[in-house]
Amino acid sequence: MEFELGEEHRLVQATVREWATSRLLPIAAEMDRTGRYPPELIRELGDLRLTGVFIPEAYGGGGMDTISYCIVIEEIARAEAALAAVLSVQNSLDCYPIFAFGTEAQRRRYLPELARGRKIGCYCLTEPTSGSDAASLRTTARDDGDHWVLDGTKIFVTNGVEAEILIVYARTEPGETGSRGISAFIAEKGDPGLSVGKIERKLGIHASSTCEIVLDECRLPKDRLLGERDRGFHIAMATLDGGRIGIAAQALGIARAAMEDAIGYARERRQFGRPIAEFQATQWKIADMATRIQAGRLLTYRAAWMRDQGRRHTREASMAKLFASETAMWAATQAVQIYGGYGYIQDYPVERHFRDAKITEIYEGTSEIQRMVIARHVLGAS
Amino acid sequence: MHVVVCVKQVPDTEAPIRIRPDGQGVDESGLTFVMNYYDEHAVEEAIRIKERAGGTVTLIAAGPARAAEALRAGLAMGADQAIHIQDPALDGLDHLALARVLTAAIASVPYDLVLCGKLATDDNAAVIGPALAEFLDLPQATAVTRLELGDGTATAHREVEGGVEVLEISLPAVVTVERNINEPRYPSLPGIMRAKRTPITVKTIADLGVDLGGSGAARVRLLGLAPPPARPPGRMLEGEPAEVVRELVRLLREEARVL
Ligand SMILES: Cc1cc2nc3c(=O)[nH]c(=O)nc-3n(C[C@H](O)[C@H](O)[C@H](O)COP(=O)(O)OP(=O)(O)OC[C@H]3O[C@@H](n4cnc5c(N)ncnc54)[C@H](O)[C@@H]3O)c2cc1C
Repeated sequence: MEFELGEEHRLVQATVREWATSRLLPIAAEMDRTGRYPPELIRELGDLRLTGVFIPEAYGGGGMDTISYCIVIEEIARAEAALAAVLSVQNSLDCYPIFAFGTEAQRRRYLPELARGRKIGCYCLTEPTSGSDAASLRTTARDDGDHWVLDGTKIFVTNGVEAEILIVYARTEPGETGSRGISAFIAEKGDPGLSVGKIERKLGIHASSTCEIVLDECRLPKDRLLGERDRGFHIAMATLDGGRIGIAAQALGIARAAMEDAIGYARERRQFGRPIAEFQATQWKIADMATRIQAGRLLTYRAAWMRDQGRRHTREASMAKLFASETAMWAATQAVQIYGGYGYIQDYPVERHFRDAKITEIYEGTSEIQRMVIARHVLGAS
Repeated sequence: MHVVVCVKQVPDTEAPIRIRPDGQGVDESGLTFVMNYYDEHAVEEAIRIKERAGGTVTLIAAGPARAAEALRAGLAMGADQAIHIQDPALDGLDHLALARVLTAAIASVPYDLVLCGKLATDDNAAVIGPALAEFLDLPQATAVTRLELGDGTATAHREVEGGVEVLEISLPAVVTVERNINEPRYPSLPGIMRAKRTPITVKTIADLGVDLGGSGAARVRLLGLAPPPARPPGRMLEGEPAEVVRELVRLLREEARVL
């Protein structure tokens, strides 16, 4: 058993850390304020292939493993959490299903542009009436000879505003209700009947877009079906196994940002004649942050390792996501506390970490849903 | 165009340095090592030359096992091959003897140009490049900020007091580079994977056929290392703003002598 990153993983870490520290960290507060990221950042990330980390080189990707992916997302999130959300959707929720379930023609058509960061992707599962209970989705896809015709509304779509390649889940068997009869499709920006609806304003991860995607008699050629017909729910869930590992890594990055900023502040801020870092109350907060982050990282790397081994990892991915996201929220809360009143003020970075952390407990399955998944595996119930 | 780049692995300039109790080196425990910044620029320049004119980029490093990481980083940026000189005897060498060893390694591969960083940030010596030029009997240009390659010649720009000096040198040559010569690229993920697959050739001093004579023929001996004197604590001026400013200006003039 080895508990150390190998040489190439350390090189990935050093590279992404340096990129994020010099390119992203200096503009993180501004990105939060303006709700935008400079588009050229995606091109730069694409040149490094961080937009397609585990996609093989033959399709324009980085050809690396899930551990590398965790390192990338954590380092990006350490500097700025919204771009980590953009990247995790691009890698886990768009590149992955096309690579794993797409035809050779679909892989050749979509992956090079996604993996090189020339086009942005998104994942459209959630609907107004189906969130945690994703299998109850209502968007329909009707077979119309040489086309599929999709009708419905998707909400809360990360990257939806910029996306040019969209993975959309819709019901192909109108009679069915639960997880059966759902299929996955690839839509492209500009497809007739596809449009961006309401753009959401949110608590955190401001620089990533979140919006409605409206499908109004949206006509997709037949070859846009992704994977087998009626097997879409399986694709959605297999995709989320990997996605949750990415969100765990994002949460770890936010937790680390909170801790590192709090350490810096605690050393500088003096009260009662000494730095507040000398008070045991502060030290114990930092000790607990460091311990939980380390535990979360071990869970995350283990889930990633199992995925790379080709083993089932649904439970491990949920455990990592649950623990890391709750660690992020907890650590950000502690960091605000260590900053005192300054922690509540927007000029200080922990205020942003606090708002950014919360989403990791919600998207790609709330903490409650992660606990349900874990309990189902542990108890062996259905 | 075959370019050879000498790279050195040095402690991260932001890492806190602790001197070993024997005063003969630094305590490496917990220290992070990186490729010398100047050498990163030399590697970048070499790769750009390869991208424009074709050819190969060969990296050479002398140092302990960990120095391989600097070579991997350079391979990940796009270099083609790497030679790692690993030998317990390296430890006792002075710069001139080390330059002899590097000279032998350079001579073992085809080259039209040898690039080095201007200096290494750990010992600040700036000796290796010029010494290589001497031992290889090649023209040299140091601290170069712009390099243009012609047919059998190169034009090198150097920043000198008050202006820019432009030199023409015949190739092959040794050129050491300044940091503003270029902006080094970040290695891409496929670059990192390729670096992982590229074997690094390991050689000893004996493999290179260098005979340094007794005790490494060092002509310079390290007597000791000492940390810089601790910085005196800052002084806070208190009082009315107008008074404080007057006092500050006086101190800057009379004590710090910066005004
Ligand atoms: C910023 C942002 C980005 C998003 N990005 C995407 C995206 O890119 N693509 C996409 O498809 N979706 C996306 N989502 C949607 C997200 O995945 C859902 O919001 C999430 O899964 C929860 O669904 P819901 O909001 O409908 O909440 P609900 O499902 O209505 O849940 C409400 C509450 O009830 C709890 N609950 C629900 N069911 C149970 C149960 N059985 N047992 C116990 N508790 C339960 C939940 O845990 C939660 O606390 C995003 C959301 C946000 C806010």
